[in-house]
Amino acid sequence: MLWIAIRMLTGDKQKFYGLLFGIAFSTLLITQQLTIFVNLIERGASGVYSAPEAEIWVMDPVSRTTEVNYAMPSTALDEVRSVEGVEWAVPHLRAVASVRTSDGDLEGVTIVGVDDATLIGLPERLVEGEKSILSQPDTVLIDDVGVTNMFENGEDPIGQRLELNDQRAVIRGVADSIPSFTAQVTLYTKYSQALNYVPGTRNRLTFVLAGVSEGETIQAVADRISAQTGLKAMPREQLARSGVDYIIENTGIPLNFGITVALGFIVGVAIVGLTFSLFIRDNIKQFGALKAIGVTNFKIARMVVAQASLVGTVGYALGVVATVLFIWGFSGNPTFKGFYIPWQIPFVSLVAVIVILTLTGWVSLRSVMRTEPASVFR
Amino acid sequence: MQTMAKPIPQQAASMPAASAQTAISARGIIRDFQTGQSTLRVLHGVDAEIRSGEMTYVVGESGSGKTTLISIMCGILWPTEGEVRVFGTDIYALSDTELVNFRLANIGFIFQQYNLIPSIDAAANAAVPLIAKGMAIEPARRKAMELLDALNIGDQANKLPNQLSGGQQQRVAIARALVHEPRLVVCDEPTAALDARSGRRVMDLLRDVAVAEDRACIIVTHDNRIFDLADRILVLEDGRVTHDGSEMPEDH
Repeated sequence: MLWIAIRMLTGDKQKFYGLLFGIAFSTLLITQQLTIFVNLIERGASGVYSAPEAEIWVMDPVSRTTEVNYAMPSTALDEVRSVEGVEWAVPHLRAVASVRTSDGDLEGVTIVGVDDATLIGLPERLVEGEKSILSQPDTVLIDDVGVTNMFENGEDPIGQRLELNDQRAVIRGVADSIPSFTAQVTLYTKYSQALNYVPGTRNRLTFVLAGVSEGETIQAVADRISAQTGLKAMPREQLARSGVDYIIENTGIPLNFGITVALGFIVGVAIVGLTFSLFIRDNIKQFGALKAIGVTNFKIARMVVAQASLVGTVGYALGVVATVLFIWGFSGNPTFKGFYIPWQIPFVSLVAVIVILTLTGWVSLRSVMRTEPASVFR
Repeated sequence: MQTMAKPIPQQAASMPAASAQTAISARGIIRDFQTGQSTLRVLHGVDAEIRSGEMTYVVGESGSGKTTLISIMCGILWPTEGEVRVFGTDIYALSDTELVNFRLANIGFIFQQYNLIPSIDAAANAAVPLIAKGMAIEPARRKAMELLDALNIGDQANKLPNQLSGGQQQRVAIARALVHEPRLVVCDEPTAALDARSGRRVMDLLRDVAVAEDRACIIVTHDNRIFDLADRILVLEDGRVTHDGSEMPEDH
């Protein structure tokens, strides 16, 4: 009977494709929107991910994320270095500045100053150039968002001159970093150079990046730093999480994406529910005839479940493939750089599809179950 | 319309000897329908008997209760009161599942609208009762093909219902009703949509293939053009059997 059920479903091509479209569209909307949402809020932690060597981030107690920070006195670096269990500690500066481009435009940028000696704080990879080039005077590395935003006409950024706080800066490399949540252009330079690029204030050291000695745990050393210095010391994952939480708490993004995901679900229920009901209604006489002939309600229910399962499996697969193609297709665009689909998201979509089909299948099944076999004689 | 059917192997002959005579015995059948606040009594204590080897017509005007009676007799509509025995089995004493299985094993249906499944071909449609019984698709199709051949539409077996004429669809419906060798065939208004000549051909065909020594055949109709082809006629008026004989009463 399952063979007949599948043939009944696929034989009505319009409704079959309608059902597939409904499920695929819902899956696409839910998976794609959740993927964008997760990847966007993860960008709240991009500053942390861009400095992979740092195990502990030390900051002023009022600082909350890599972007929302308050500078500390430069003595904080020595205080951290003096704490037991700290293997190394380097200064790290993150500040906002305005840059004037060679054609006179003004662009807001994030200046990241990394340790002069070790270059700890730089992203792991460069798209163009060598990390050691930072030793040359007035050198900055730009991230690929900067290349896209500031050199739209395809100009080569290498060798371009910029003006920062009345100082000259020359781009000599392109960093491969994850864009920040605001997708602001980021310029990496040596800490000593960054001090010149950021308008002068008394305190300009925003973070101290630290590594722990062998045999120590990161959390224990962070707690010790906090206790001894009065500064806030957070393990890398904890600061990354704070960055994500900050975006969730301070932007309307979760609500907006939540609404879109809910709409995807509702659209799925509406399209699939309507089409499935029409399909069942069109075939109600056939189901009635089958019941009269001697097909049990259980077998009829299995037929409807088989139809729903086929539509669900194919529609879901199409939706997930469409999402993968979407993410893959836009992966070259810096806006979508580093986007990936965590396994939990297709799982959530699968649950949504199962709920949609259970809901609509149950409603349709009820009408089949209620159909009296005697109705075929009317 | 196709030519006369080829002789069909006596499938029913292999069945256990049916009560030779009484296929269905209905006693004191009452059926009420609820219409809003009021109750409408459609059958008023009907007694009827259907015999094997006969083509029995149940006739009457629209609303006389013939469809209700036939639905009750073949186990798809519960009577409000009364007892129905089909081949000796009190069918309404069976559980729901037993009754469904009883229908599948013993009754073949030919519906007025045929109710063929539009997306499967004629052979698969004819094989539905066998598939419902659990037979694999291919053997079931092969068996259905034999019957379609006997009904002279073997060459149409791979066509979908919408590629067949009305007459061909009706033959597929007949094949579906007989493929599992039921002991009772129930046919609803088989000539309602046909002209007189086609109607008689269908009835001749049904007589050839559906009537057998161990098989009862009930035809529900109000088509007076075919009354002369009946072995027995039950006339229903206002929910009561007013005539039971081999010919229609003269006042009809």
